[in-house]
Amino acid sequence: MTYKLIGKDFTPHDVVAKVTGQAKYAEDFRADGMVFCRLLLSPMPHARVRSIDASEALKMEGVFGILTPDDVTPQPDPLPPLLAKEPLYVGAPILAVAAADETTAQDAIEKIKVDLEPLPFTVDPLQSLFPGGPNARSDGNVGMVFPPPSPVPSVPLQTLKWSAADFAKASEGQLPLGKAAEEWTYGDVEAGFAKAKLVIDETFVTSSISHHSMEPRSCLTYWQNGKCFVHGSSQSHTFIIPQLAQYIGIKPEDVVLIAEYCGGGFGSKGNAYPVMAIPALMSKKLGKPVMMRISRAEEYFVGFGRSGFQGRIKLGFRADGRLLAADVFIVQDGGAHTGFWDYRSAGDAVSLVYQPLAMRWRGVPVYTNTPTRTAQRGPGYNQTICAVEPLIDRAARELGIDRLQMRLINDPQNGSKFGEKQRQVSSCFLKDALTQGAARFKWEEKKKLSGQRNGSKVTGVAVAQSYHPAGFFGFDGLVRITPDGKLHIHTGVGNLGTFSHSGTARIAAEVLKCDWDNCILERGDSRKHLPWNLGQFGSNTSFTMSRTNYVAAMDAVGKLKEIAAKDLGGKAEDYDIDGTKVFAKSNPSKSLTYAAAAQRAIDLGGKYSGKEMPEDINPITKASVTALAGTGLIGVAKDNLPVAGAPSAFVAAFIQIELDLETGQHRILDYVAVADCGTVIHPRGLETQIKGGAAQGFGMACLEHLVYDPQNGLPATVGLHQAKPATYLDMPLEMHAEGVDKPDPSSPLGTKGVGEPPLGAAGAALLCAISDALGGHVFNRTPVSPDMIVNFTAGRAQSHKPLQVNTF
Amino acid sequence: MPDSSSLLLTPDPGVHDGTSRYTRREFIKRVIATGAVASAATYVYGGLSGCSRKAKLAGGVERLVSLNVNGQVRRVDVLPQETLAMTLRYKLGLTGTKLGCDRAECGACTVLIDDVSHYSCSTLTHSVRARKIMTIEGLAGLNGELHPVQQAFVDELGPQCGFCTPGQVMAAVALLKQNPKPTREEARMAMSGNLCRCGAYDNYLNAVMRAAGG
Repeated sequence: MTYKLIGKDFTPHDVVAKVTGQAKYAEDFRADGMVFCRLLLSPMPHARVRSIDASEALKMEGVFGILTPDDVTPQPDPLPPLLAKEPLYVGAPILAVAAADETTAQDAIEKIKVDLEPLPFTVDPLQSLFPGGPNARSDGNVGMVFPPPSPVPSVPLQTLKWSAADFAKASEGQLPLGKAAEEWTYGDVEAGFAKAKLVIDETFVTSSISHHSMEPRSCLTYWQNGKCFVHGSSQSHTFIIPQLAQYIGIKPEDVVLIAEYCGGGFGSKGNAYPVMAIPALMSKKLGKPVMMRISRAEEYFVGFGRSGFQGRIKLGFRADGRLLAADVFIVQDGGAHTGFWDYRSAGDAVSLVYQPLAMRWRGVPVYTNTPTRTAQRGPGYNQTICAVEPLIDRAARELGIDRLQMRLINDPQNGSKFGEKQRQVSSCFLKDALTQGAARFKWEEKKKLSGQRNGSKVTGVAVAQSYHPAGFFGFDGLVRITPDGKLHIHTGVGNLGTFSHSGTARIAAEVLKCDWDNCILERGDSRKHLPWNLGQFGSNTSFTMSRTNYVAAMDAVGKLKEIAAKDLGGKAEDYDIDGTKVFAKSNPSKSLTYAAAAQRAIDLGGKYSGKEMPEDINPITKASVTALAGTGLIGVAKDNLPVAGAPSAFVAAFIQIELDLETGQHRILDYVAVADCGTVIHPRGLETQIKGGAAQGFGMACLEHLVYDPQNGLPATVGLHQAKPATYLDMPLEMHAEGVDKPDPSSPLGTKGVGEPPLGAAGAALLCAISDALGGHVFNRTPVSPDMIVNFTAGRAQSHKPLQVNTF
Repeated sequence: MPDSSSLLLTPDPGVHDGTSRYTRREFIKRVIATGAVASAATYVYGGLSGCSRKAKLAGGVERLVSLNVNGQVRRVDVLPQETLAMTLRYKLGLTGTKLGCDRAECGACTVLIDDVSHYSCSTLTHSVRARKIMTIEGLAGLNGELHPVQQAFVDELGPQCGFCTPGQVMAAVALLKQNPKPTREEARMAMSGNLCRCGAYDNYLNAVMRAAGG
């Protein structure tokens, strides 16, 4: 299929602002009379606030007010509170102070007497599951609670302890397999293992890691005429408004969100977050605009993190490499409050990517006295891939099968099913991605370099693959043709840096055959009247908002034809469009320009001008259409298109490294990744996602970690140099990325997502390459740090125990 | 209040080579050209990076100084402990310089001082009086034509979220001033003080090499 815009590179409208410094992020805004707010953070991992005495602070000149836990919108436990009466981790916000400047606010905080009663705490999920072990929360230690109306299934808050017998082999490094909070099975798992030629049973640990968004979640808020104006950092636009309104305690229509730019989120700014509402509540109390700057250190407390795993996986292979059975058990470090269901995704990842004939999955989400977790780029899927891919290599070695073949033997394809409910994928071209990548990388030649020595350096070569679901639907699209002939595409997609606000908007332009130069993107500000869209997360934008823009544009096309038929005679279906006019198919000179049709739509009113609208669209979209009514021809619709299965995105990655056995340092010499993301909308944008995801994957594999002192619950990773996101020097000097570019049948133009699997594939590829360079040794842990490699090559014991978490 | 013009015109031994000194005539012309003196009272500000309200802290007295920013002389009240990033962002309205960490880890605040890249979050404003400060806002031409490095960043789709981009651009400009034809390896070493969590490193490096004409 040849498209005018889809599959073509373009320069997104916001790039120039980004390179000139004109792009305004939350902390770049000012308001007259603005005051500053600082947070008082818990110094203890778990405590109860007995009393707060702020009298000295409030007497200080320049101090305007204080917010305590009693002043903020209550949240049901175990959801994270805005301010905590019972802080559950070091760094949990307890109160906020506003002053004329930050120094005064901080000085005031020093004068506030907070009487804290220390409570038991833990920073290790297994410690909490041990008989008599401490609970992170006073109301339990296990749970994954999403109060109604959330559609996400909950695990009730409970206290779960395993028996001492369960822990019998824990000292030998084997994950105890106690009672799970959730589980599912398909097929006969035990029979699968019985038939297997090779059974691998390994315990592994993946570190929790921070999101490290470069822009801390600073926020400026003020109130005007009963509306709350929030300049915040958000990777989504309309999607966060209901939650933000709930935090502030107002109706969604009273929130005006200005978030044209977002300095990175990676999941941590996908929805509204509690501290985002603090300036709003402070501003309401004081009657002044409030700026709250979040520092880098604070970002490690209120900026979320990815859940770490203590896991165990048993895999049974047939002699020909086919995976017969898999048994996965995940203990998730869930942080202090309801976080994210990474542990569930671990089951889906193993089930889909390796297609075991029988499988059991079990999981326990355990609370710990560490910061709240949330989704981070491929939550659960990518940790799992990083744990399992090196084991697939081990099996390949033991069975004498090429590592690429080992994957091709087990990989899913179109029609494959997965998970508890054995859902079917809408499309899968992972095998194409592997073969395409292998050809580009020259796998057959490169694999011969495996293990080659050059002084202290050894070459490692590897292949890996990853997956993420990519298909929400049911959101709204909104386009508008104005009497000047311009197509306005209204989008609630955020500006996370993927340029998918434009990429998906181009779907609408494609359908209406408009020149891109004739399109105006309306986004980033509630006052631009935006539709209800999914947040920019979950590898979903390309799928979900391609559909919404498609249905809105199709609605506009229908209305153009109807207006032409009304004015020029005949029926709507007698007409076609060419990007600037609607014309009679039989006589193209009989036509109406888009500009004229837009004016006619205004004159006609009703559904044409937005005075009437579909019943099934979201109230946020309805409010936007109401505001826009009478300004042009309105195309608006809910995405009710059919879905042909579970849209799923895949990436295959190939890597060559040189590992220095004396220093433990590696250097990546070559990297090739290929995405199965359906129709490629924006080739260069796709490349940036694959390469950028790889940077995070390399970080997850070998650098990033969160470290907690088990004795005092204190964090040791509150800076970039401690928590270690990847730098230029951790990357290969050059990389290659491309797409399979085969359409997915669930999306009208064949698009599906791409954002998250590039991370897991890259991380797993690097871990597999290190393993390859070490003759097949698998560390069963992320990150793999240089000292672990040096210890291994020297035959020394590692400095951590196999099940230990939060280590350096 | 000391005579700030004399501060500007006096070379600061040890930190200043004298090349950016202005004559008094130039100075007066530039002050006239830049119009009003920046009002330090607009956003009195403090805290993390140590700039605060007047006389609140011991020794916290603002002094009126002149700064040469993007070729213009700007007069501004500065606290002893005030960082250049805070002066630029909160007193001179130059918010293109970003604060990602405020402690010399990330490079989002990179500016040029006498053509050399510096972390402005960790540079005291008083230490750069009479030196030439260049921020991201000073790169483009008067009619908005992009600097070759900026154009290369656009052409290579360098930015993702864009928050670290001004710092990356400034680091690249500094590199190419010192080494107009770097190898890719040299470029990445020079850029390695600038973090990008989106991981746009490959595109940024492509842009640096493009700007270098290679």
